[in-house]
Amino acid sequence: MTEKKTKNKVLWVVVGALVLLYALFPVASILATSFKAPSDLTSGKFLPTGGTATTSNYEQILVGDAQELFLSSLRNSIGISLIATFIAVVLATLCAYAIARLDFPGKKLILTTALAVSIFPVISIVTPLFNLWRTIGLYDTWLGLIIPYLSLTLPISIWTLAAFFRQIPWELEQAAQVDGATTWQAFRKAIVPLAAPGVFTTAIIAFFIAWNDFVYGISLTSTEAARPVPAALAFFTGASQFEAPTGAISAAAIIVTIPIVLLVLLFQRQIVSGLTSGAVKG
Amino acid sequence: MTSAIPAKPANPTRNPDREPGVQTRDTPKKKSTKHYSDRVRAERKLGWILAGPAFVVMLLVTAYPILQATYESLFQFRLTAPDEREFIGLGNYAVILTDPVWWSDLWTTVLITVITVAVELVLGFALALVMHKAIKSFRGILRTAILVPYGIITVVSAFAWFYAFDINSGYVNNWFSWLPGIDEDLNWFAQTGTALFVIMASEIWKTTPFISLLLLAGLAQVPDELSEAAKVDGATWWEQMRKVIIPNMKAAIMVAVLFRALDAFRIFDNVFIMTNGAYGTEVLSLLAYRQSISRLEIGLGSAVSVLLFLCVLIICFIAIKLFKVDLAGSQGGK
Repeated sequence: MTEKKTKNKVLWVVVGALVLLYALFPVASILATSFKAPSDLTSGKFLPTGGTATTSNYEQILVGDAQELFLSSLRNSIGISLIATFIAVVLATLCAYAIARLDFPGKKLILTTALAVSIFPVISIVTPLFNLWRTIGLYDTWLGLIIPYLSLTLPISIWTLAAFFRQIPWELEQAAQVDGATTWQAFRKAIVPLAAPGVFTTAIIAFFIAWNDFVYGISLTSTEAARPVPAALAFFTGASQFEAPTGAISAAAIIVTIPIVLLVLLFQRQIVSGLTSGAVKG
Repeated sequence: MTSAIPAKPANPTRNPDREPGVQTRDTPKKKSTKHYSDRVRAERKLGWILAGPAFVVMLLVTAYPILQATYESLFQFRLTAPDEREFIGLGNYAVILTDPVWWSDLWTTVLITVITVAVELVLGFALALVMHKAIKSFRGILRTAILVPYGIITVVSAFAWFYAFDINSGYVNNWFSWLPGIDEDLNWFAQTGTALFVIMASEIWKTTPFISLLLLAGLAQVPDELSEAAKVDGATWWEQMRKVIIPNMKAAIMVAVLFRALDAFRIFDNVFIMTNGAYGTEVLSLLAYRQSISRLEIGLGSAVSVLLFLCVLIICFIAIKLFKVDLAGSQGGK
């Protein structure tokens, strides 16, 4: 019996290692590249070769020539993604509350619309927006990206929050009222603590999606005024026109991956439950 | 499902000042029927006041642009020559549909969609099984690891895979030079087949976690007693899978496949970063981008956008009518 248990454990360690290898290898790959010196890039090796590891790529994007380009895009990405997430979560919270709690015609219509919007080909929206934004002056502005980002963040927020809110025992609110609390007190003391984790998880998922956007980013911006990181990476150029920007792009890629890894490390349980409950009611 | 988005219902104009569920206690009993209908009306109104803004925003950011695109697709219109704008009816569509580029891009897109979804389904199912069966102490680590590709920026994933395979900065040729066909002179991004291989690898790596989480949710819904009973009856692992587990999570599988297929069909980032559509790797989203944003051919670009949208509708229609995928139902619609 003990032998079987040990065998089982070994099997799990092997399987776990394989999954870790699968999930983290490309990240490790670009991490290794980000520490390679320009002369070392063509070595054909995974790691920087003997003693040539350097932080010069990070210096280039954080304090060097590419600083302006990278830091402004980082600022744009953080600002635009946070605002788009915030608006989506506020609207979705109201909407999901109504769907979970109230009885009104059109619930199904709203959920179906959210579903339709979430599968909508993004590029189909880009052409008309590109033209319209140029006419009304929203091209290459934060607002010009925040608005279309709502098409990405709002539908999934509605689905995820509606699933969360359906699981909340709303009777607690009435119970609190019976105990003498006012409507507002009952809502704030009994419901908000239960709903907050769902809202927070939804915000993380929505933020991931906004942070990931590329199509809107390259189509609706043209300068550092609003260009987000993924789009900026695609337009990075080397120090001279004969030098590939491989190292700088890798370093920038690692920096924008750090917040993702942190959020995942801290909130994996919530993210998994948010993604699965929004998709298939469990 | 998405074909006709009905017009937005009249938005209630007045604000409710409190919860509709809270009754005023001095209402005479006699009037209870009328009072009830007032309550229902108030609740309906509050429902739309709360849900309306989100609904309107969703329509504004999608329905309006696609209508605008449909309109603009009927004109010959280039941004650099705005005065030469001319109504040509379905002329743009005729140009696109008779051009081999459209058909070759469509074929590439379909190929990528079919292969990535098939591989992801198998890989995602394996990952879901691992996460489902894993002993407690491993579960957290596995989930955390698997969420890294989910959360990572697609462009970052594209660069990671690109640099690993690239003839100059890569190490893959060096590592796998013992395989037939791979040597240090292999330029992965100079032929359709090898370029698509890397593009699909990046796409699969990044999106398999999503499909595996959907499947994990489906697995959790299969009652344990069923597979236990099958085990007692002497069913092998494979028989349990085929006769008990998979049939019981068919709905979850269908939803996962449809979602991923629609997502794969609009693939853009990986192709843009790795080849920018060169060597026969162009996909439909990239064609639309190239027409409208690079060449400023708004008319032609809009027509490609509309056609792409129609393709998505057709996929949905096939999935829902032929395979009876019940998206709303399986998603907990009341």
